[in-house]
Amino acid sequence: MTEKPLIKINKLNVEFPLGRTLFGKTPMLRAVNDVSLEILPGQFYGLVGESGSGKTTLGRAILRAVPISSGEITFDDGEVNYDVGNLGKKELKNYRKLAQLIFQDPYAALSPRMTVRDIIAEPLEVMGLTQNREETDARVREIATKCRLNLEHLRRFPHAFSGGQRQRISIARALVCNPKFVVADESVAALDVSIQADILNLLKSLQKQLGFTFLFISHDLSVVAHICDNVAVMYLGTLVETAPTKKLFSNPSHPYTKALLSSIPSLDPDESKKAQKLEGEIPSPTNPPPGCKFHTRCPVAEDRCRKEVPQWRELSADHYAACHLV
Amino acid sequence: MSLLSVENLYLQFDTDEGRITAVDDVSFELNEGEVLGLVGESGSGKSVTAKSLMQLNPSNSVYGSGSKINLDLENNVVDVLSLKKARELEIVRGGAISMIFQEPMASFAPAITIGNQMVEQLIIHTSLSKKGAAELSVEMLERVGINEPHKRFFQYAFELSGGMRQRAMIAMALSTKPKLLIADEPTTALDVTIQAQVLDLMKDLVKEFGMAILFITHDLGVIAQVADRVAVMYLGRIVESGPVREVLHSPSHPYTKGLLNALPKLDALDEPLTPIPGDIPSPLERPPGCVFHTRCPEVLADRCNSSVPQHTNVGQDHFTSCFVVDSTGKSA
Repeated sequence: MTEKPLIKINKLNVEFPLGRTLFGKTPMLRAVNDVSLEILPGQFYGLVGESGSGKTTLGRAILRAVPISSGEITFDDGEVNYDVGNLGKKELKNYRKLAQLIFQDPYAALSPRMTVRDIIAEPLEVMGLTQNREETDARVREIATKCRLNLEHLRRFPHAFSGGQRQRISIARALVCNPKFVVADESVAALDVSIQADILNLLKSLQKQLGFTFLFISHDLSVVAHICDNVAVMYLGTLVETAPTKKLFSNPSHPYTKALLSSIPSLDPDESKKAQKLEGEIPSPTNPPPGCKFHTRCPVAEDRCRKEVPQWRELSADHYAACHLV
Repeated sequence: MSLLSVENLYLQFDTDEGRITAVDDVSFELNEGEVLGLVGESGSGKSVTAKSLMQLNPSNSVYGSGSKINLDLENNVVDVLSLKKARELEIVRGGAISMIFQEPMASFAPAITIGNQMVEQLIIHTSLSKKGAAELSVEMLERVGINEPHKRFFQYAFELSGGMRQRAMIAMALSTKPKLLIADEPTTALDVTIQAQVLDLMKDLVKEFGMAILFITHDLGVIAQVADRVAVMYLGRIVESGPVREVLHSPSHPYTKGLLNALPKLDALDEPLTPIPGDIPSPLERPPGCVFHTRCPEVLADRCNSSVPQHTNVGQDHFTSCFVVDSTGKSA
């Protein structure tokens, strides 16, 4: 890879204390476990996994919204170079301008007491990016137009809007300060299909126009397949496979990726039989299985998988997986 | 006669902001052992339609005078909407009809063990003794694939994982041997791998118990996998209904086509996603004429916004209500 990554994650661990229990010592929940990942500038990077796989925590760790236990994350856009784990107060404030988050639920993410204009303008005012009200207004109108919001709507309150419109407002707020890196956490999961396609197209075209880098977190593989150019699959806090989207979907190599793909209900009623279904459920992250974390559900697990942690290996160009058997 | 027949169901809600039409002239039939998928976006009236079958809608609901819901039980035909007293309603509520919900955590009582909840409803609806009810409950928990059913019987809902809770919910719903099971988005809150397991289980149970299922979902993929027939709803009306293969392979209503085009498909990654233009209108501003005309790409200028299209037959058991569709199912 010749291009320098915008986000570089090296052996990242995020742990949460579970509170004192009867046993005296504080047990830790390891939500993200030894994750290494590189995101190049301009990429639309997808992160998929079931609930409890740690994908949200990873996204938040990159934004410094959860404390990092060990490992490092660096952010390098050519102008500034930050070690995200050790940011000073001033640097952190600047980093907040560069890295933004779009939330899942557009009903919960918008304050019901603020007008749409104030919601979108808030980041500008808080970060002091504009000098006066005119400048703020101009910037709000510009981004609202880009997000296909009716300028008439800026004076209204969020309750007057449908889910799709609200999501466009959240997107406008995240993009108003011109971030370099945006994390979208399940940003279309709460929307109806007919609206979902609209928001996905909007995100894609905004990325082309404004040139930021995207980390798109989703549990929905078919959505990720459509808009991301690279995909990482997570299971119980670890990465199991990363590859360019087309490669991953045409040639999945990790058994978990294969199972995830075949679990998607097909639109063809006659296509149900060939699905390779997974047994059981994702184990609790407080007590993860030894060896390969997936071995308890893996259809091809061997003895080795129960003892040794599989190495992260490059299978072909840009296609990585962690499995003993591939 | 089919097990369930709904004729001209019309339902409005009295609210502070006026009368809202939730279900508008919905008719469908459901036979024993058949799975009917009811698909539509939020606000399309699919849950409200299902709840009408058990009269579970809130007290501000007003049924239209021509509305009829008939449930054909072995010895008598029950006119569901005429039932008034709680005693009579027991026939449909948990007796002949059971329901499973989207969020199993919210549907179990948090402070009563799974076992006690199962036994309680069995004692109300069957003539089993307490001991017999407990035995049947454990048997049902085992049947739906729950490990150590004897232990789970004494546990609370919060001690089970999402998938397990939904299995327990299914076990509870089926233990009274209902004729009709209403499944309202039963797999929406589950992960795909667990969803696949639950869907497989439900298909097996239909074969074994022979009950009919009214399966409500917004996910056309799920419909394709479980349903025999599908009815597509939009703003309270059924716009298209037919055998699942026919509707999904050759949809005729512009809304059904739009839904299918908006769905990201794994075998066509390069095809652009085509959203349905516009937003779903608020129920307070229900469009006159065809309810879909405000978003329809094939709208006819002076027709669709003034009169309501009737059902056109476009294939065997395949109906569509659209002016643009002629009797061959092709757009004119």
